[in-house]
Amino acid sequence: MEIVTSEFFQRALVGGLLIGVTAPLMGLFLVLRRLSMIGDTLSHVSIAGVALGFLIGVYPIAVGLLFAIAASFAIEKLRKAYKTYAELSIAIIMSGGVALASLLFTMGRNFNMNVNSYLFGSIYTLNNTDLYVIGGVTAAVLIVIRTQVKELFLLTFDEDAAAVSGLPVKFYNVMISVLTALVISASIKIVGALLVSALLTIPAACSLIVARSFRQSVMTVVVVGELAVVSGLLIAGVWNLAPGGTIVLLLIAVLLMLLLIRRGVRVGS
Amino acid sequence: MQKNAITAAAGCHQEVVSLDNVSFSYQQQNVITNLSFGVKERDFVGLIGTNGAGKTTLLRMIVGLLKPTAGSVRLFGEEVSAFKQWEKIGYVPQKNAFNPLFPATVREVVLSGLYNRNKIFRKIGKDDQRKCEDALQAMGIEDLRDKRIGQLSGGQQQRAFLARALINNPSLLILDEPTVGIDTETQESFFHMIKHMHQHHNMTFLMVSHDLDMILSYLGERPAAESGKLKFHIKHSHETQDCVENDLAHSLKGLREQMESGKEVVLIGDRN
Repeated sequence: MEIVTSEFFQRALVGGLLIGVTAPLMGLFLVLRRLSMIGDTLSHVSIAGVALGFLIGVYPIAVGLLFAIAASFAIEKLRKAYKTYAELSIAIIMSGGVALASLLFTMGRNFNMNVNSYLFGSIYTLNNTDLYVIGGVTAAVLIVIRTQVKELFLLTFDEDAAAVSGLPVKFYNVMISVLTALVISASIKIVGALLVSALLTIPAACSLIVARSFRQSVMTVVVVGELAVVSGLLIAGVWNLAPGGTIVLLLIAVLLMLLLIRRGVRVGS
Repeated sequence: MQKNAITAAAGCHQEVVSLDNVSFSYQQQNVITNLSFGVKERDFVGLIGTNGAGKTTLLRMIVGLLKPTAGSVRLFGEEVSAFKQWEKIGYVPQKNAFNPLFPATVREVVLSGLYNRNKIFRKIGKDDQRKCEDALQAMGIEDLRDKRIGQLSGGQQQRAFLARALINNPSLLILDEPTVGIDTETQESFFHMIKHMHQHHNMTFLMVSHDLDMILSYLGERPAAESGKLKFHIKHSHETQDCVENDLAHSLKGLREQMESGKEVVLIGDRN
């Protein structure tokens, strides 16, 4: 149990607590707008950025962020080109990102250890810079959501109505893309690029089962996210398991439990 | 230019929607060609046309969701691209394509009609809550306020979207096939409500409808204007009452209570 009091674990806990709020919140808006796969795509592309960061000796998460933002705009452009086959753009950009990452990683030597830590997360290696970045991203997301929740709701529920109300829809779409890219780049070190998507989408999936109102769905994603991150870190710490994987499996366990409970309620009533 | 002069001179009956030589083409196909048409204050305009005639396209251009390929669209005398007073316009789009699982209550949806450019940093206050309650009551869906929007029947959903459009007490109400997928009885009471609003309130209507019988019996069999496959049927405001403004929510509530109590309601549109 002494791991819990160690410094690296407490850093991990702080980072996890922050990402446990922001990732599910951004994820809720993405899922409701039927963009669940965006998280996966952006995280795969930002891995290429991380690789480039290592190669040129720049803070990898920052380069990853730039790549993620570029990818989100590329997706938007391709989405317009294909319109009715919008998911194509996601598939293209995602595989492009992974291909680029694999090239960059093989170009540099001795980076193999780091590849793993960005693919599957290495929450115990969070340094001060990482925590500041995560803190900054969390602050940005919370301020935007706190002040713009009603506009984001309208945009998510009915984009046409938002436009007819005179809301700057394009600006909001860009803002959501950039915030998503920020959250993903900041989460990569915590749960890993391959698992970021779970932290974005599974809490939202839970809220679709539980919530009766938009308000409730916002609360649900935060509670589920925090619950999974904190208990996942504790379980992983005590039994020496991979933290990212533990968090994601816990999220899935919560989702299954909720599904079972709902079934029970239906059968019972 | 000439149209502007007319707008200024008309006073109480100014032009609310002005279309000047509007064309729209999509993938090299002309959907709308050189359409000029004006909707005056308190007109009831029924827009009729076959599938692909460009009805929805026209409405979407009027509310600024589509840009005309040529010509100009003005709202209350101002170019759509520069128009700012969107709270004056209530828009009920064709059958809302929202996901039935979307976690939003009827109240949250109706309230969202108030969110606009001027309210971006403002919180929802008591006054807004009251407006929402009024709109819910006017549409007779106050008992459904905490239900998830996806759990409502088609007719109830349409009322919720109408309530959302009415919450700002708009001057212009734009309805795109509001009664599609609703049973005949509900359609009739819906149309009755719309007619009531037109006759007793300071409101202009632009409505696309498939429901020829109902719309023609109110607006007359002969179209006032035609362009391509689009037909415009109009009832001018002077055929009903002078410009009087009264409380929409209470008047609609009164109407509903009358209808529910089973008292015979004179269909005001039929008296002409």
